[in-house]
Amino acid sequence: MNNNPYIPLSYLSIGQKAKVKTLTSDGSMRRRMLDLGLIAETIVEALHKSPSGDPTAYSIRGAVIALRAEEAGKIIVEVN
Amino acid sequence: MGLSNQSTGAGVLESELRFVQRTAPDEKIIALAGNPNVGKSTVFNKLTGLKQHTGNWPGKTVSNAQGKYQRKGKNFIMVDIPGTYSLMANSPEEAVARDFVCFGSPDATLIVTDATCLERNLNLVLQTLEIAGKVVVCVNLMDEAKRKGINIDIKSLSRHLGVPVIPTSAQSKQGLDELMDAVYEVTSQQESAVPLQITYDEAIEQAVKILQPKIQELVADKVNNRWVALKLLDGDPAILKSLNAHLGFSLMDNPELTGLLDMASQHLAANGIQPALLRDRIAARLVHLAEEISSSAVAFENKRYNRTDRKIDSVITSRIFGIPIMLALLSLVFWITITGANIPSAIIADFLFGIEPKLTAFLVQAGSPAWLHGILVLGMYRTLAWVVSVMLPPMAIFFPLFTLLEDLGYLPRVAFNLDNFFKKACAHGKQALTMCMGFGCNAAGVIGCRIIDSPRERLIATLTNVFVPCNGRFPTLIVISTIFVGGTAGGAFSSLASTLALTSIVLLGILMTLLVARILSKTILKGLPSSFTLELPPYRKPQIGSIIVRSIFDRTIFVLGRAVAIAAPAGIVLWLMANITTGDISLLTYSASLLDPFGRLLGMDGYIIMAFVLGLPANEIVVPIMIMSYMASGSIMELDSLEELRVLLVSHGWTWLTGVCVMLFSLMHFPCGTTLLTIKKETQSLKWTLASFAIPTAAGIIVCFLVANGVRLLGLI
Repeated sequence: MNNNPYIPLSYLSIGQKAKVKTLTSDGSMRRRMLDLGLIAETIVEALHKSPSGDPTAYSIRGAVIALRAEEAGKIIVEVN
Repeated sequence: MGLSNQSTGAGVLESELRFVQRTAPDEKIIALAGNPNVGKSTVFNKLTGLKQHTGNWPGKTVSNAQGKYQRKGKNFIMVDIPGTYSLMANSPEEAVARDFVCFGSPDATLIVTDATCLERNLNLVLQTLEIAGKVVVCVNLMDEAKRKGINIDIKSLSRHLGVPVIPTSAQSKQGLDELMDAVYEVTSQQESAVPLQITYDEAIEQAVKILQPKIQELVADKVNNRWVALKLLDGDPAILKSLNAHLGFSLMDNPELTGLLDMASQHLAANGIQPALLRDRIAARLVHLAEEISSSAVAFENKRYNRTDRKIDSVITSRIFGIPIMLALLSLVFWITITGANIPSAIIADFLFGIEPKLTAFLVQAGSPAWLHGILVLGMYRTLAWVVSVMLPPMAIFFPLFTLLEDLGYLPRVAFNLDNFFKKACAHGKQALTMCMGFGCNAAGVIGCRIIDSPRERLIATLTNVFVPCNGRFPTLIVISTIFVGGTAGGAFSSLASTLALTSIVLLGILMTLLVARILSKTILKGLPSSFTLELPPYRKPQIGSIIVRSIFDRTIFVLGRAVAIAAPAGIVLWLMANITTGDISLLTYSASLLDPFGRLLGMDGYIIMAFVLGLPANEIVVPIMIMSYMASGSIMELDSLEELRVLLVSHGWTWLTGVCVMLFSLMHFPCGTTLLTIKKETQSLKWTLASFAIPTAAGIIVCFLVANGVRLLGLI
């Protein structure tokens, strides 16, 4: 396991929490992520995966939001 | 094959809400906004007394209901706009909501929020405050928040936001009087309280100040000039278009303003704020502000307040149990419907057919001619009696059960569980939700497709919605599977076998949806899946009373009413066809014999095909038409149980294969008239409407042909 604390959100293990650092998406996808409250320093927790492993449900600012790996992969988070 | 806004229905949405007609000059128009799934429709229904269908999942308010109420002698028109998280217009729904709040000139905007998830809801509140001055915030679901140990300081919230904030539990009608009073106050005052002014970074504020005076001069009081300044800096073309349409002229045609805009943009750039960053800064500011307000006004007694929800989720969306639980629930609902519907069905049929001789006697006594008796009793009344006795019991059982699952909050979990399949078919996971709506009514399912943001995926969902059997087809499927699948299995296993058949048919429908979606994605609707976010809302305790009332009155009676309205004239037409003769055969027999070779090829017969064709106005009447036409061609006249129906069908050459093919064709054929009209309206395209007609019909013909001839070739029958 490497020590780089910055990973895409899609790599976050279930039950783990992390802090949002940057979004690498643009256009409407970026806007949608911002609307969900995914701005820098937001704490996100991976809750559970769907039966086939994708999408994954995350706890974001008190709401439970499911994101596909494609979307979660464009959110860089810091794991402490 | 380009997908313009026009061809995918966004165009029609944009104009849909703009105008609300006042019937009297002193009426006040109230826009009802809110995130999805916060009980917005419940508030609407309780205030206006309308019975709009509500459900615990995003996207329920698909068309924009209007209702009226009175308070202190003043009339209010409430407009229920689609539930959205944002007014940034990521989807057609959001565009509708934004345009109405911004340009619909409501006298006030009422925003319903969820007390159990306030921080997230505040984002929309803040965005609305930027546009509209007269705002009332309703913090709904207070009872649930209390149960979860979430305390909300309403006064502090109101102080922060600078607008009235009213706590409610709309389901139990708590706080609604206060809510109506607050709306009354806000709309009566000349000057409303000063709402929170959201300020941004120094540089952004300076840029806004550069533009504001000129905008004020151009737009006067038509729109909030500060908001216009921010949107001009943001440069979103869609908002500009709506704005120009509202103003009746193009802001950007004013050279002075464009000059100022250049200056303001340069000012931002000089401070390191490029347009993309501006958007981020604005969004981040709103999120931070929501966080700030919520942390000072909301207190959690228990940090793990939603642990139960997470535990339930971890079972029903788990790798091992997720899909099996889904299938089991689906089968259970069908099983209860099938076993429960038999007896009441027979009782109703007994009763209605018991009246028939009395009607006959009455008409004879009144001296009516034989043809009138034929049309009214043998044609219209019999068809009606059949529609009611065949359809009412399964619907009265199926709808409450399905509504229960809906209210619990299970449906978004279905979308979550199935998303990966949709992704593989290059479709959108929310399509699962629109399919769930299709179980109720395909036309509703088609309108529901508006919750899908990407035009391509929305069109796929629209074209394939009919592969989900709607309630108009369920009675057909239930009756046929009970008689031919259950009946063949016999004994104790009969209801189990028919349940299995019904579940398989629904699964086949889902499979066909995915298959067709994939084929469309690889051919005429090429493209990659777009971004996907789906909220899994908190589970809610269902209100049994309201479920029964809503599902019986709103859905069952509505659907039955529609069926009856169509069955009555169809019964007359049918009787006429059976009794008008050319040469020595009736028109009915003649048409059926024309269609017969084609029907045989698909494992059915001419009468069945004709029933499907005549059933175009509503699928509900397909079985009654079959019965009527078989009876008209003269074998039995009285029919009051499923057993007799079986005898009738068998005497006309039905086998289990006929039953299977009828079920398959019922699942896969052209949408009903209402659905076709809805597709036309939503897609704004005759071409896609024709495609929605042709695709399922072709699928049905191919599948029935293969099954019928495969079975015959293998000698299974």
